[in-house]
Amino acid sequence: MVTNITNLGRNGLSDWLIQRVSAVVLALYTLFLVGYLLFSPNLDYATWNGLFAQTWMRIFSLLAFISLAGHAWVGLWTVTTDYIKPTGIRIAAQSVIILAIFVFLVWGIQVLWGA
Amino acid sequence: MPLKAASALSLNHRPCCTRTNDFSTGQESVQKAVNSKRPVNLDLSTIQFPLPAVTSIIHRITGVILFFGLIFAFWALDASLSSPAGFNAVRDTLANNVLAKLIAWGLLSALGYHFVAGIKHLIMDADIGVTLEGGVKKAQITIVLSALLIILSGVWVW
Repeated sequence: MVTNITNLGRNGLSDWLIQRVSAVVLALYTLFLVGYLLFSPNLDYATWNGLFAQTWMRIFSLLAFISLAGHAWVGLWTVTTDYIKPTGIRIAAQSVIILAIFVFLVWGIQVLWGA
Repeated sequence: MPLKAASALSLNHRPCCTRTNDFSTGQESVQKAVNSKRPVNLDLSTIQFPLPAVTSIIHRITGVILFFGLIFAFWALDASLSSPAGFNAVRDTLANNVLAKLIAWGLLSALGYHFVAGIKHLIMDADIGVTLEGGVKKAQITIVLSALLIILSGVWVW
């Protein structure tokens, strides 16, 4: 068996499951946020900030951000592995992607707990 | 039927078929198709993609777009939660700035498509409609539903 070293789960089945579970979390988070914004036409800062100050929303959001990190890693790893054949360029692209994902994750945590 | 055509080709091009087959399972026609020396065309520009292939590649493209769009989404979330002034800045930008509206619409469209195509994937994982006909039908439904979401998100942004 060929073992990949740049994918998230180290094997295809693991990546497959990570992609599905994270997709479900992200779908639920998207539906919630879109629904919330649709049904709050006159949203103000206090209400918006109050939503993200609640523990359950921070847990839900952090779960979504971690799912996003995993989902983006598996997805973009697949795309870069399929289309970027030269190893050096592919590793460089994947490194930049993983760094960006890390930045987004830390940024998200800071937004959640810095608000 | 493509398989029949392929096996006919293999008969034409492989006069000698004495080699023992490596595949222990599967129909004979499939084995012939796999082992035949069929002409291979990998020039993508000359291939008419079937609809499921098109919806699949758009799923990938929208995924990449959404990754780049994260910058805008996180910026908006950060600013809107940082202070009342930041919240108003995001709201006013989305209300008045045409470029911001276009970006928001574009990202919502990509999200809508990626969402629908992702649900299609989960349905296929559940082994529902995993046939040639089912694949085409689900691809058509994906196009229709996502087009609807793209229009609705445009209405929402404007």
